[in-house]
Amino acid sequence: MNKKKSIFNDQRVIAALVAIALIIVYMIFSKEFRKYSSILSMLDFSYYTLLMAFGVTFPLITAGVDLSIGTGMVCYALVGGTLIRNNNVPVAVAMLVCILMGCAVGLLNGVLVGVMGLAPFIATLSTCMITRGIGSMCNATPWPTLKQPGGWFHSIFKLTFGQGRGATKFPIGFILVIIIMFVMEFILFHTKFGRYTLAIGSNKEATRLSGINVKFYHVMVYVVCGFFAGLAAIAYAAVVPTVQPGTGAGLELDAIGGVFVGGVYATGGYGSIIGSFIGTMVIVLLKTGLPYIGLQANWQQIITGAVLIIAVLIDIMKKKRIQ
Amino acid sequence: MGEVILTMKGIDKSFPGVHALDHVDLEVRKGEVLALMGENGAGKSTLMKVLTGIYKKDSGTITYEGKEVEFKNTREAQENGVVIVHQELNMVGDLTVAQNIFIGREPKKGLGIDDRKMIKDSQALFDQLHIDIDPKQKMKELTVGKQQMCEIAKAISHKAKVIIFDEPSAALTEKEIEDLFVIIRDLRDKQLGIVYISHRMDEIKVITDRVTVMRDGTYVGTLITKDSTKEDIINMMVGRVIYEDPKTHSMVPKDAPVVLKVENLNAGRMVQNVSFELRKGEILGFSGLMGAGRTETARAIFGADPKTGGRISIMGKDGQLHEVQIRTPQDAVKAGIGYLSEDRKRYGIIVEKTITENSTLACLENYMNGPFINKAAEKKIAEKYVKELATKTPSADEMVVNLSGGNQQKVVIAKWLVKDCDILIFDEPTRGIDVGAKNEIYKLMNRLASEGKSIIMISSEMTEILRMSDRIVVMCEGQKTGEIGIEEATQEAIMNLATRNID
Repeated sequence: MNKKKSIFNDQRVIAALVAIALIIVYMIFSKEFRKYSSILSMLDFSYYTLLMAFGVTFPLITAGVDLSIGTGMVCYALVGGTLIRNNNVPVAVAMLVCILMGCAVGLLNGVLVGVMGLAPFIATLSTCMITRGIGSMCNATPWPTLKQPGGWFHSIFKLTFGQGRGATKFPIGFILVIIIMFVMEFILFHTKFGRYTLAIGSNKEATRLSGINVKFYHVMVYVVCGFFAGLAAIAYAAVVPTVQPGTGAGLELDAIGGVFVGGVYATGGYGSIIGSFIGTMVIVLLKTGLPYIGLQANWQQIITGAVLIIAVLIDIMKKKRIQ
Repeated sequence: MGEVILTMKGIDKSFPGVHALDHVDLEVRKGEVLALMGENGAGKSTLMKVLTGIYKKDSGTITYEGKEVEFKNTREAQENGVVIVHQELNMVGDLTVAQNIFIGREPKKGLGIDDRKMIKDSQALFDQLHIDIDPKQKMKELTVGKQQMCEIAKAISHKAKVIIFDEPSAALTEKEIEDLFVIIRDLRDKQLGIVYISHRMDEIKVITDRVTVMRDGTYVGTLITKDSTKEDIINMMVGRVIYEDPKTHSMVPKDAPVVLKVENLNAGRMVQNVSFELRKGEILGFSGLMGAGRTETARAIFGADPKTGGRISIMGKDGQLHEVQIRTPQDAVKAGIGYLSEDRKRYGIIVEKTITENSTLACLENYMNGPFINKAAEKKIAEKYVKELATKTPSADEMVVNLSGGNQQKVVIAKWLVKDCDILIFDEPTRGIDVGAKNEIYKLMNRLASEGKSIIMISSEMTEILRMSDRIVVMCEGQKTGEIGIEEATQEAIMNLATRNID
């Protein structure tokens, strides 16, 4: 009964090949894309999506979802920025506030879903609206630029050597994201929390009847997701010139889409952080790369949608074959 | 004897890990009731599912009314007059009786549904069957017996020529069974072909004309009912399998201490003032009709469903009974109770995970290295129990979905043994398990009891209850109606208690 395991059975391999194919196509057709600065700016805009994706992988594995991470991220960045500008709060404290707010909203989501039994879609749609509302109470806030006091936090993601046009830049954020990816992958597959997350996604009732505190772990899943939305807020503040109130809706969909492309089961029970990384990179490449080969925003959307359908179809077909 | 209306020949069907049907034959004739018999897991239901298109056969032919057919789904089978009345009723509780009968083919009136016609037609069906049911009533308000009558009415409304009854009597009272038989005889006289699946030997003698016996997914033979004895049929059903000897007396030592004491347990309508004691090394059978509240009692003890009252005491390390508060399964597991659900795939195992992951699910904390799972230790213990329980699998890394029912059950047992539970609640321990594996489970349960584990065994199979139990608790409509030691237990005595509350 041992089925031959082809590496192509792993959706992550397919997603990685798609990502590589995209890069090759862009390189061939666009002189601009071959520039180091283009790659840098693409990476800049990938960090917050990747961080959101790592976090939202957990709810998605439990067959839930978190729609509040996009507006949440913008909301935390706005609150952080406002504290820095209006209250002279140190940047480090503002960063901590972002993370704590993320965890708090995650806790609220977790309690609504895991304890009160709301459908994840409804619960997180509500907190999505709430965070957007809270964010809108703030004014548009630029976080300090690199040269301003407190601008050091940009160096978390991009090290800059030298001055002006001749400055050398190094995308250290990418290395950080890779490290976080491996850490979370390890947590998913080698800790109780990860094991129970997967178990809840496969069969919540059987897990409960095995004497596991399913409620607690279900709440934690959303707290972790919120924590990553908090981290994403810092990455977001570092790349956008000004955080605008009322924005952020839809950004979560890039992350959620990426996680699906990376092979999380649409019905829950399996996923991997490495997969989420690869899948999200595919989405980021489509989003930031297609303009380089002359395809406009509407086309990006259409192609991204199509890729998502294909990814989920692969998942369904694989399952059919198992049955 | 009527002419042949349906023939199945050389039907073969495999699932991962199980050869469910091995070249099975079946012949149904007009104006005749054919019994389809066999132990649990012999393949009766699978064969019927192949017939009605729920499963696709691997090979073999089905001839119906002289033509070779292969129904794609139950709907197509229905349209052609082959209808199955399921063991589990497929009814939408919140719809009315009439709406259920005509679901999917509602009569139209303009843009809407012609409710009046639907009700009138349903009434006509009931009149034809001499059943007294109000078509406007909600389905969930009817008793199980009445619901079954509606299923039959629905079958008739499809202009059925062949009706399959899949263990229709499992949930019915004696009176309801009599009513059912009147209807079945009536249908037979109208020249329908009827397949009647049941375990109950007495019913077979009363209602059927011929008996086809299956065993282990194979066709064993067909007998004329009136020319054969009970023993003939049993021998064909059981064949080479030698079961554990039935118990004639309790194996529990006289001085065995009580390990679990339940007093006045209440949980909704299905569990009313249930009290009993379980002793060390005992197998306590729980018998009753379907819906008697046995599973609900088990779930309430285990904390899976909330209870409204009652005391549960468990023997502690000091040998004394202590009252425990069980609000969640977590509390129950901590107190040393393991529950093996009747519906393994939903409540027992995680099919998409490995044997190892399932085995340690209940006590992962014992297989940790600091904050990390010690995968080597985890695998070692899983492999130990694969060996000890003789689970048939290439390795402990195998996905549980690839195992047969019997081996899946062993994985659930392993989970509770790894956790070292002293009280095990087996809910229908051999449901959906094939005949060979069934005896292995029996042996295992006897072994566990002799090693000092205490077992509550809920079973709807009378033979299983009489074969395994040291003592038997009988329930009816949410109440305990009696308790019998194995020495005095007979099928009649149990049935008597199981229907005590029912007029």
